[in-house]
Amino acid sequence: MDNVTVATHPHTHETAVAAEHQHVALPQHRHHFETEEQQREAGTFGMWLFLLTEIMFFGGLFFAYLLYRNWYNPAFVVSSNQLSIPLGAANTAILIASGFFMALGVWAAEVRKKGLLLLFLVLTTVFGLAFLGIKAVEYHEKWEKHHIPGASFDVSQFINPQAYGLKEKPLAPDMAQKTQVFFFLYFAMTGMHAFHMIIGIVLLFWLMWRANRGEFSSGYVAPIENFGLYWHFVDIVWIFLFPLLYLINRHPV
Amino acid sequence: MSATHTILNLPDQRTATLPKRTYINNEDGLLSWLFTGDHKRIAMLYLISITFFFFIGGAFAGLIRLELLTPQPDLVAADTYNKFFSMHGIVMIFLFLVPSVPATLGNFLIPIMIGTKDLAFPKINLLSWYLYWIGGLFTLAALVLGGVDTGWTFTTPLSTHYLNTHVVTAATGVFIIGFSSIFTGLNFIVTIHRMRAPGMTWFRMPLFCWSNYAASILMVLGTPVLAITLVLVGLERLVGIGVFDPTKGGDPLLFQHLFWFYSHPAVYIMILPGMGVISEVISTFSRKRVFGYTAVAFSSVAIALFGFFVWAHHMFIMGVSNYSALVFSLLTMLVAVPSAIKIFNWAFTLQKGSITFETPMLYAFGFLGLFTIGGMTGVFLGALGMDIHLTETYFIVAHFHFVMVGGMLMAFLAGVHFWWPKMTGRMYPESLSKLAAVTTFIGFNLTFLPQFILGYLGMPRRYHAYPQEFQVLNVLSTAGATVLGVGYMLPLLYLAWSLKYGAIAGNNPWQATGLEWQIQSPPLTENFIEIPIVDHEAYDYEWLEHKTAQEVTTVG
Repeated sequence: MDNVTVATHPHTHETAVAAEHQHVALPQHRHHFETEEQQREAGTFGMWLFLLTEIMFFGGLFFAYLLYRNWYNPAFVVSSNQLSIPLGAANTAILIASGFFMALGVWAAEVRKKGLLLLFLVLTTVFGLAFLGIKAVEYHEKWEKHHIPGASFDVSQFINPQAYGLKEKPLAPDMAQKTQVFFFLYFAMTGMHAFHMIIGIVLLFWLMWRANRGEFSSGYVAPIENFGLYWHFVDIVWIFLFPLLYLINRHPV
Repeated sequence: MSATHTILNLPDQRTATLPKRTYINNEDGLLSWLFTGDHKRIAMLYLISITFFFFIGGAFAGLIRLELLTPQPDLVAADTYNKFFSMHGIVMIFLFLVPSVPATLGNFLIPIMIGTKDLAFPKINLLSWYLYWIGGLFTLAALVLGGVDTGWTFTTPLSTHYLNTHVVTAATGVFIIGFSSIFTGLNFIVTIHRMRAPGMTWFRMPLFCWSNYAASILMVLGTPVLAITLVLVGLERLVGIGVFDPTKGGDPLLFQHLFWFYSHPAVYIMILPGMGVISEVISTFSRKRVFGYTAVAFSSVAIALFGFFVWAHHMFIMGVSNYSALVFSLLTMLVAVPSAIKIFNWAFTLQKGSITFETPMLYAFGFLGLFTIGGMTGVFLGALGMDIHLTETYFIVAHFHFVMVGGMLMAFLAGVHFWWPKMTGRMYPESLSKLAAVTTFIGFNLTFLPQFILGYLGMPRRYHAYPQEFQVLNVLSTAGATVLGVGYMLPLLYLAWSLKYGAIAGNNPWQATGLEWQIQSPPLTENFIEIPIVDHEAYDYEWLEHKTAQEVTTVG
């Protein structure tokens, strides 16, 4: 019945309790953590590890991109030229702005300003939604040009660019087929990224609801911080996607 | 088996009782189990679940061996046979071996071993069990709807273009189970980094924690790659995206690279936690600190590290470049070094130890022999020339069954027997469990040793018929499988029996040193009334003797 501990040190129940009472316990403190500090560190560490798994998840797609870009460089270059740099650049700016407001949100939570926190979370969400809106416009354009991989995919633009008013060298039919690989990777990578953004925006609404109830205005900021890490990670994925898909080697000799 | 040759020390059964309050009776009702955050309860949920799937996977193994009893394809048609071995592989690997030790014993013991009240994220731990079941139900759905016949490897273009079975359903199942495994690994890493009790330094941790930590790294880094690969296979099947389809410019070999980037480390996810069990068991039953503790600890991490750089040895015959094959062959042999370090260190732990032969130790001895054979034949297969002769034959089948079944399953059973008194508070019948351990060992060897010979003679794997001259060895193998089946049924029966009728075990029946043995059996929900302060190394038997001498309380 007795629960024998291995304590041989002068560590008594009294000293442990006294140490705990030196600061006011937050209601969010979970019983199995010794201190709130430990709880916060564990949460942040867990989030970083989760982001590591996300890197590996996207890593598979980046690896496929690397391989096929090497194999079918002409097709990748021509297809890459089909993407709109202004839209992509605008989206990059919008996403960085969204990340900036997220960082301000973390700061607002840390200084316990409920109104500011809510404002920054709303701004983060608005810019996130703007990004998705522009992405939808881009996807729609691909739909109209028959650049979505699958049965309706059309390579005639790449075989006979002049007829479509494009200043590209025509591709041989077999290489032109490989543009489909580019567009698949484009949709898979940006789609997976957009999917992460949608999850993030759902979480943002949840955080706004909680922030509105004042949950993060009394020193408990871990959810805001950890969500911030996730949101910045999603930003960073785009920071890699934008140059890889839109920018590099657009006009080969 | 005289009483003097055992360290088993049970309290006086006439007066002994189970503790009044334990994690098992702390709350009542099914819902208190289904919504629990307690790592020990989740471990028990996992134990029941993986046992269920083990016997499903085992049933398919039985059907495979039954078909192979005769050279003629007389029991089932070829495609049904393909579904049998696919389901056997998928269930055994993703639903049994990967979660076996970490999700049950690891979940139960790691927080206690490092002296904390729970894992860092109890809700995520519970979520992981639910994901396991959702994935398991998808897998069962694939089975009930008509099966899947890709093999557990989902190899393209077979899985994407040539089959009309439930590949997407099964792949969805494996995808979801993958996240269950990621969450378990993530929880372990955070817990071990952030939640150790005062004084529990890295090098005072039991080796079981080290090996689960190494396996967790593999789970966290490897499994997402499998996830994205299965997403791509699903998209290829459903939409025809072409990323693995040569007619559209895709590369089936890319699938192989991505798949084995997870699935080779997955082999170490399966074996490393088992090695942790063996370290604990061997130390306890030879009453000695594990020889070369630091080397054994680091060899776990080394296996995890090297394990990421050997995946292409599954692809030697698939047209990878000769130079990369050479490098991967070399790296494959390198990964045998840390495994050998462990084997040698366990052997030296035994040397001059006071060895006793309780059931967990019998299983551990089985592990030592069988894993060594499995590992050595792995080196054969890592050698380029041998691999070309032996790959896709029964030699491969025998090799990985020696590692997975002879190694991991033996370790799992050693662990279940070793910690059973801690988990349930009761002992199992000793002589019956020894019989089971010996039966398993004999059955295992009878099943899989002939397969080495069959493979060397050139019998290919994954066929339901074979030439007449292979029959004798196949009959031996099937006979062995029957014995093995009995060996696995026995523990199920007597462990269930012991839940009600077993002798009361007391806190520390094996006189072991780990923190888990210093608390009551079964433990309290919060594990420790007061968080312990650790001032000694793991496996310090002098400390234990000193502590026991000072105790004035009677056991019970």
